[in-house]
Amino acid sequence: MKYLPLIWAGLWRKRARTVLTLLCVVVAFGLFGMLHGFTAAIDGIVDAMSDTRLRIMSRVSIMEALPLAHRQRIETVRGVEGVSYYNFFAGYYQERTNGVQVGAIDVATLDAIYPEIELDPAYVEAMKRTRNGGLVGEDLAAERGWKIGDRIPLGSAVWRRKDGAESWDFEIVGSYRSPSGKVPTNELWVNYDYFDEARAAGNGTVTLYFVKINESEGAAAISERIDALFANSMFETQTQSEKDWLRGQIGQIGDIAFFVNAIIGAVMFALLFVTGNTMMQSVRERIPELAVLKTYGFSNTAVVSLVLAESLVLCSVAAAIGIGIAAAISPAIYRELGAGGLNLPLPVVSMGLALAAVFAVVSAALPALRAQRLSIVDALAGR
Amino acid sequence: MTALVSIRQVIKGYTRGKQRVEVLHAIDLTVEQGDFLALMGPSGSGKTTLLNLIGGLDRPDRGEITVAGERIDRLSSGQLAKWRARNVGFIFQFYNLLPVLTAERNVEVPLLLTKLTSAERRRNVAAALELVGLADRAKHKPAELSGGQQQRVAIARALVADPTLLVCDEPTGDLDRETSESILQLLKLLNEQQRKTIVMVTHDPRAAQYASHRLYVDKGSLTAAPLGVAA
Repeated sequence: MKYLPLIWAGLWRKRARTVLTLLCVVVAFGLFGMLHGFTAAIDGIVDAMSDTRLRIMSRVSIMEALPLAHRQRIETVRGVEGVSYYNFFAGYYQERTNGVQVGAIDVATLDAIYPEIELDPAYVEAMKRTRNGGLVGEDLAAERGWKIGDRIPLGSAVWRRKDGAESWDFEIVGSYRSPSGKVPTNELWVNYDYFDEARAAGNGTVTLYFVKINESEGAAAISERIDALFANSMFETQTQSEKDWLRGQIGQIGDIAFFVNAIIGAVMFALLFVTGNTMMQSVRERIPELAVLKTYGFSNTAVVSLVLAESLVLCSVAAAIGIGIAAAISPAIYRELGAGGLNLPLPVVSMGLALAAVFAVVSAALPALRAQRLSIVDALAGR
Repeated sequence: MTALVSIRQVIKGYTRGKQRVEVLHAIDLTVEQGDFLALMGPSGSGKTTLLNLIGGLDRPDRGEITVAGERIDRLSSGQLAKWRARNVGFIFQFYNLLPVLTAERNVEVPLLLTKLTSAERRRNVAAALELVGLADRAKHKPAELSGGQQQRVAIARALVADPTLLVCDEPTGDLDRETSESILQLLKLLNEQQRKTIVMVTHDPRAAQYASHRLYVDKGSLTAAPLGVAA
């Protein structure tokens, strides 16, 4: 601690340079936190997806519908404990550019197989009573300011009503939450029965099935059984656990971890030159001062330690600020990504601080070596 | 009186490019405890080299140097650093204060290597600044002080660890006449009242008058009087 004034004073010898270097490190480690946090959030989203819930879609494409009649056959498969279904609505509010996520569901079965969703039984009953009822997700309600009792006229870019109208009128009768953040709550759920009866085309079909399974049977085995059931039919299925499905979707974007590491690697490499140059300049300007310290008995090790400590303080403080900023804004970003409730993972924070320490030592290595080797006599003589 | 500094047959040279230049030729010198010695001589005569050897900042190529009972020519770099911290205070022509530290922090530097507590260090620093008459400038940075005040801070720094020996390299070389005299009087006071042994390099004959002994270094050899005068 007694050396702290020396270290601190050395750091602030050139304020502008130190502040600029500090900002560079803050930005770099902020980026580090955000990007690593991003991959961690994606991992978090994947982890949050269930291994014991299957998702069935058409083998051809998500745009191809499956008959509702599949439901009874799926329920007969060994290991299946519950089936629900879902139809995309492709909704918009007032203008086509103002999209709203809407899904037509069977509220009773969906509630049964999604325990992560907090849904008041009174709302389930209200949905059953109200044919054009809707359950608004907590995030969507907050975003749009919708509340129970509101009548929401929505258009659908895909589904017209039998009377030719594009407009659908829904009444909000309840809301749902996901306290764990594992299920996105940015959607409006409406009654499938009402939607199916009213739509002009595609009646008796669904976009997706959700299946709750018995864990001991194994997701892969049950998926194979379900797909085998409809093999060589007009409506072949593709069944995956939710986790596998999401992993596959993310995999289509590319190796995100590789991209993130490549970006961070490039940023850190460039930053190494910035901080290395700062430390080099700082030591070069202070050669006579370091010589005075040695004159008064500071050993080579002590002088090297001072230079390393300066670099360590600069990099650690800046990295902590950068990671702190990332930690502060990450939860909001995760929420946008559908991983609400997640914070910047602790391993990312500790990895960032450890990296900052390594970074400090590497960038100060050459200047420290120079400080160690300086000859007192030559330095005092200005040679 | 006992010898504080004893130099026997010391030879020191430097390599400049491909040439070896011998700066000191078989020097013998004894400085008694409590002495105030002025080393004079023209530029390039080797007086600063001699001072650096006495202060343990450099090592001789040959010969023996004993200071305060220690053969410092035999010490390793690390041992020499510790020895300097215990035994020597340095005063330079251009003060060599750390510009980012206040006067009191500058004076504290040699004490950072001791086991003194923070309170003890503060007390010693205050006493040293009081001694040089700068107690009221403790919180000032070097840039806020005059040249004479900066040199007083440097003297306080040299004294604060209570060294046996003070080595001064042109301590008044950067000061006007009036300020120089006050600094030299302070050094004389330290020599007479605090019994500090002082070895001072100077060009200035007026400054040398404050010393109790004067020796001349010319072309790497020591003489009792300037060569021209002796002849």
